[in-house]
Amino acid sequence: MQYSSKSMKNKKFDITKYMVYIIFVAAIIIFGIWLGGTFFSVTNILNIVRQTAMISIMAVGMTFVIATGGIDLTVSGIVPMAGLLAAIILQHTGNLFLAVLAPILLGAAVGSANGILITSLSIPPFLVTLGMQGIFKGMAMWISNTKSMPIYDSTFCTVFGFGSIGPIPILLIWTIVFMLIGYYMLNHCTYGRKVLAIGGNSQAAQYSGIKVNRVIISTYMLSAMLAAVAGLLYAGRTKSAKYTYGENDEMTIIAAVVLGGTAMSGGTGSVIGAIVGSLLMGMINNGLVMGGLTVSQQQMVRGFIIIFAVAISNLGNKKKKV
Amino acid sequence: MEKTDYAISMTGICKSFGGVQVLDNIDFNLEKGEIHALVGGNGAGKSTLMKIMTGVYSCDEGSVYVNGKETKIATPNDAKKNGIRMIFQELSLIPTLTVAENIFLNHELVKNMHTDKKEMIRCAQNLLNDLEIEVDVNARIQDLDVGICQLVEIAKALSVDASVLIMDEPTASLTEEETELLFKIMRSLKKKGVSIVYISHRLKEILNIADVISVLKDGHIVITDKKEVFDMQSVVRYMIGEKAVNQFIYKERNVAVSDEILLDVQNLSWEGNKNQISLQVRKGEVVGLIGLLGSGRTETMEVLFGLRRQGNATIYVEGKKVDIKCPSDAIKAGITLIPEDRRRQGAVLQHSLLENIILPNLKTVSVKGRMQHKKSRALSQHCVEEFNVKTDGIDIPVSSLSGGNQQKIVIAKWFKTNPKILLMDEPTAGVDIGAKGEIVRLIREFAESQGGVIFVSSELSEVMAICDRILVLKDGQIIDEIQRKDITEEEVLQNAIQQ
Repeated sequence: MQYSSKSMKNKKFDITKYMVYIIFVAAIIIFGIWLGGTFFSVTNILNIVRQTAMISIMAVGMTFVIATGGIDLTVSGIVPMAGLLAAIILQHTGNLFLAVLAPILLGAAVGSANGILITSLSIPPFLVTLGMQGIFKGMAMWISNTKSMPIYDSTFCTVFGFGSIGPIPILLIWTIVFMLIGYYMLNHCTYGRKVLAIGGNSQAAQYSGIKVNRVIISTYMLSAMLAAVAGLLYAGRTKSAKYTYGENDEMTIIAAVVLGGTAMSGGTGSVIGAIVGSLLMGMINNGLVMGGLTVSQQQMVRGFIIIFAVAISNLGNKKKKV
Repeated sequence: MEKTDYAISMTGICKSFGGVQVLDNIDFNLEKGEIHALVGGNGAGKSTLMKIMTGVYSCDEGSVYVNGKETKIATPNDAKKNGIRMIFQELSLIPTLTVAENIFLNHELVKNMHTDKKEMIRCAQNLLNDLEIEVDVNARIQDLDVGICQLVEIAKALSVDASVLIMDEPTASLTEEETELLFKIMRSLKKKGVSIVYISHRLKEILNIADVISVLKDGHIVITDKKEVFDMQSVVRYMIGEKAVNQFIYKERNVAVSDEILLDVQNLSWEGNKNQISLQVRKGEVVGLIGLLGSGRTETMEVLFGLRRQGNATIYVEGKKVDIKCPSDAIKAGITLIPEDRRRQGAVLQHSLLENIILPNLKTVSVKGRMQHKKSRALSQHCVEEFNVKTDGIDIPVSSLSGGNQQKIVIAKWFKTNPKILLMDEPTAGVDIGAKGEIVRLIREFAESQGGVIFVSSELSEVMAICDRILVLKDGQIIDEIQRKDITEEEVLQNAIQQ
C-alpha cells in the first residue's frame, strides 16, 4: 500500500509487511527438498498457476472489500451461477458476447445489492454476504437440477480456460491482467486512497468529504464481478458448469488476502500480497497432493499451515504495539 | 496535622508530564460527608488530580491519606478497595446489558457456582428504590435516555461500598428534573457520610449543591473555602486570576473585516431542538460560538457541514443558496469542518502524514483519478514545513506525533483545500501551549485572507484572542451577541455563558 520506497531508507525495515514473501520462498524450499525436481518442473509450476488463477483473481476483489473493513462471502455463490448462466446462454443462443456479459452484470447487481444492504441498513457484511451466498448456491443447484451443464463453444473454452499465448497459459494472463488493474486502482488511483481511508477510520473519511457508502458499495461490486469472471474461467477450464464450482473458495481467498498483508480490520491492503498469498495456498495444495497425502490429511495440514503462517506474520505486529 | 476527620487528604501532590508541571504542590482535603466542588478552566489540573486520587496516575511527589492513614493508591483497584469511586464523564455502561447486569458487572452475585440473577435483580431494584431512580432494572442500557444512564452509572458506583464519590460533569447530559434528582441523591448520600468531589463548569449548580469550593488554576489551588464565601463573580475571578495573564492577547487586525456577507444561515435547527439559530459570517471575520456543554455548539457545526439534516435551514454562501446533504456538498460549497474529536473524526491515525494530508485534496494531487505521487509528496512536504509540524518525515503514522502536531496536520490538510469558510470545533483541545499559539496565528491569517471562520471553544481566553464577534448559545438558540471590542475581560464572557 505504501508507495514511498524512498522513505524506506530512513526507516527500520518492516519485516511484517514482507512476511508473505518470506513464507512463500520458505514453502518453495521446503517442498523442493521434500519432492525434488518434479515440484520445480515447468509443467507443475504452470499447473499451480492454472489451478490458482480463479482464487487469485477473486483475491484481488476481496482485497478491496477487506481493506474497507468488510468481508465478502458471496463469491462462492456467484462462481457457479456465473458459469451456469454462461452455459445456458451458449446452449440457447450461442451468443458468446451475451454469455460473457450477462454473468458479469449479474455480479455487478449482486455486489451492489450487498453493498446497499450493508451501508443503508447497516447489516453486518458477514451476514449479508453469507445470506446472498446461500441464495445463489441454491439457485445454481435449482436451475441446473444438480447436473453438470456442458459447454461446447470452443472459443469460450479457449479464451476462458485452455488457450495459451505461446507457452503462457491464458489463465496466467488473466491473473496478471487483473492483478495489474487491481494494483493500479489501489496504489495509483484516488479510489485506492478512499478505500484505505474508509478502512482506517470511516468517520474521518466521511469528514474528509469521501462518499463512504458509495465507495463501499463499489468494492462489493468489484468483488462480485471478479467472482463472475472466475466463474467463467472455472467453466471454460472444465468445458462445463456445475453448481459445486467454487465451493469453499471464499475461505481460501480470505486466508490468501490476509496472508498477503491486508488487515481484517481494514485500513491496509496489498494486491500483490494477495496474489502471492493465493499462489502460496495453491502451492501448498499442489505440494501436498504430490506428496501423496490423502484428502483428509491435506485438509488438516492446510489448516495448520494457515494458522502458522498468519501467526508468524502477526508476531511482528504484536511486538510493535508493546 | 490532624487528618482523621478527612475521608481523603492529599498533601504536597506534584505531577508533571514530559517536563510540564501539571500539578504543583497541591493540598486537597475532603471531609467526611462533604460535597466539595472543584472548579477551574480546561487544563487547570482537575482531572489529573482526580486521576491520582483514583489510581489512574501516580503522583511524582506527595502523599495520600485515607481516613487518616497514609495509603498508596497505585492502581484503580487500590482506589476501589479504599472505597473511592469515580463516575465517568463518558459512560462506562455496556449498552447491550440490562441495568441490573451493568450494576453488578464484574462483581456478580454467585450462588451454587452460577450467577444468581434473581438476587441481583432484587438488589439492583432495592438500590434504585433507595436512590429514588425510576427505571426498569431489566431494560437494556441502549434503550434508555442518556440522563437515566448517568443515574444508573451512579447507582453502579454505589453498589459497592463507596465512601468517596467523584463526579466529573455529571449534569452535562441531564435534564433539569434529572439534575434535581441527582442533587437529591447527593444530599442523601451526604447524610450517610459519603464524601463527594464534584467537578463542573456550571457555576450555578456548584453554588447550589457544594459545601466547599476549591478553585484550581494552572496546577495550583487558588482558594478553598466554604460556599457561603463565594458568589458567581468571585468564583469567575478566581478561575481567571486577578491579573489575567493573557497568553493570547487580541491583536488589532491588519485587514479590517469586510462588509460583504460570506455565510448567511437562517432558521438552523436539529432533531430534539425546539429553538432556531440564524447567523451571519462576513468575509475576513472570525465568529466565536460559546456556551456550556449541550448548548448546541457542535450541532450547529454539524448541520452546516452536512453531518446532520439541514431541515428547514437555509444556507447562503456568498449570496448563493446551497443545499448541504453530506460533507462533500459542504466542501463543494467551500465549507470545511475541523472536528472536535481528532482521533475519531479528524485523522486516520494509523496512516501516514502524507496519506492523511492528501485525503481531502485528492482532486489536487490526481489527474482523472490517477494519483500523482510527486505532487502528493510535494504537497505534504509543503504542509509540514509551512505549518511547522515536528515530525521525522511524511511517511510515519500520524499516531506517532504529539497531540499538537496531529492537530496541525488536521488543520493543514483542510487549509490546502482553499476553503471559504472554516468551522472549527475545539481546535486546541489537548494541544500544548506552543501549538495553541500557532493555531491561533493560523486562524488569524486565514481570516485576513478574506476567509470566514466560526470558532467554537470552551477556552474563553482563546475566544477572546481570535474572535471579532462572539455569539452566546444556550439550549439551541443565540441568547447574546457581543462585539470583541466591547469586552474588557474574560469575566464578561464567563458571566455570559452562565446565564
